[in-house]
Amino acid sequence: MKPVLHVSNLFVSYHGNDAIRNMSFSVKPGKLVGIIGPNGAGKSTMLKALLNLIPKDKGEVLFNGKPFVEIRKSVAYLPQRSQIDWDFPINVLDTVMIGTYPGLGFLKKPRKKEKEWALQCLKEVGMDGFSKRQIGELSGGQQQRVFLARALAQKADILFLDEPFVGVDILSEETIIRILKKLTSMGKTIFVVHHDLSKANEYFDQLLLLNKELIHFGDANIVFQKEILAKAYSGQFSFLEEMGVNA
Amino acid sequence: MSFIDAVIQYEFLQKALLTSTMVGIICGVIGCFIILRGMALMGDAISHAVLPGVAIAYMLGINFFIGAVISGVVTAMGIGFVSQNSRIKNDISIGIMFTAAFALGIILITFMKSSTDLYHILFGNVLAVRPSDMWTTLGIGIFVLLSVYLFYKELLVTSFDPTMAQAYGLPTKWIHYYLMTLLTMVTVASLQTVGIILVVAMLITPAATAYLLTDRLWIMIYLSASLGVAASVVGLYFSFTYNLASGATIVLVSTVLFLMAFFFSPKQGIVWRTIKSKNKKMSLS
Repeated sequence: MKPVLHVSNLFVSYHGNDAIRNMSFSVKPGKLVGIIGPNGAGKSTMLKALLNLIPKDKGEVLFNGKPFVEIRKSVAYLPQRSQIDWDFPINVLDTVMIGTYPGLGFLKKPRKKEKEWALQCLKEVGMDGFSKRQIGELSGGQQQRVFLARALAQKADILFLDEPFVGVDILSEETIIRILKKLTSMGKTIFVVHHDLSKANEYFDQLLLLNKELIHFGDANIVFQKEILAKAYSGQFSFLEEMGVNA
Repeated sequence: MSFIDAVIQYEFLQKALLTSTMVGIICGVIGCFIILRGMALMGDAISHAVLPGVAIAYMLGINFFIGAVISGVVTAMGIGFVSQNSRIKNDISIGIMFTAAFALGIILITFMKSSTDLYHILFGNVLAVRPSDMWTTLGIGIFVLLSVYLFYKELLVTSFDPTMAQAYGLPTKWIHYYLMTLLTMVTVASLQTVGIILVVAMLITPAATAYLLTDRLWIMIYLSASLGVAASVVGLYFSFTYNLASGATIVLVSTVLFLMAFFFSPKQGIVWRTIKSKNKKMSLS
């Protein structure tokens, strides 16, 4: 199968300091991929570089064999919760409707068709009963589901989620994972930046372990071993044991 | 003579009313985007920064509108340049650049023939609106409203989730500078009614009042425009009837409207909030 994302020799720096060094990997479609690594490992930086939000120093990033700018409308990005102003005067349905904007293009306005499609996407994540609520009135988990519905409304094939479980209780976390698994079974590829190691092997099909450079990329059970994780979390063994990682 | 009779009789009052209504609308509309993007300080800065452009335009004898837009946008770019290329934060950069522009404007205006010009630019004088000013305001008004109507979607997404907007390919930087241009134009239109110093009140206060009253952006925009018009018309009435400074009167009316929303807004007002939490406590005791 052709890779949905192919990264080769990626280098990114901030003001001359290395943030990402020589990273190469390829991901096949329909996978739920966890991006893990210690604080400051460059997880969010990598995401931003893949989405062309910050410049790359070197390297090639191809989505379905094409550069990002050609397929950007089919890639959805779910921001960190802290990046959103939850007091913004917008309700759930209007938030999901934003997902239809990339497909509409300049000057066209969303109409009834877009509204119905947005409602359908809300149903898909079990949030159709909340369409009139202001987004700040929802719980953290419900907010994430609304943004997932927005990604669905965008008809995105590839989703990037930046720390979706921060400020989300464990039950909602599992609900979100269930939705993500349903989406990957529909053929979508999903990348999740995840800073908490617990359950990383249960949640994800594959793990991308990094600490400025790629430490390991592969099936979750293989990456989620003490010796491999220890390479990224240099020597924090007691921490790893607390997280319940098998020796 | 009543205010209404006076409006019917005097052409200068008709012009004043029409101009201040238009200003109320466009300030209210643009103000919504300004406050939602957290750019209230930027609004204040740009409105002050038009002064040197206005002064130079007067000296060269060209339309002051052109000078104002150029100096407003150049200042906006200068603010962005300093904050993006150093550790200087945006609010600091704003403080440095707009005071510099304003100071330069004051020096330039002292070279002009009379000091009443400066006074009118700073504080407005809606009862002395010339026909050319009225047409400029009308033209700006149509342009601003059309821009917001056509690019509503883009303004919404870049205000709410700029990262997504950038990722799917919107030119977020250009949209920012476009909004700065609209802001400068609105400021110019407001010179006659409220003047440079108080423009920011017309931009922020009606929008903030509307923000307390609704949870939907398009309703907020209509409400804010209506509140801007109400403040302008009522302010003009008091200004005419009691011979008060027009700009200051309009701003104070707008503040009274804000305070009413602040205390009595059904969802956000502190009066209802206090009553609701008191009732809750009572029901539990």
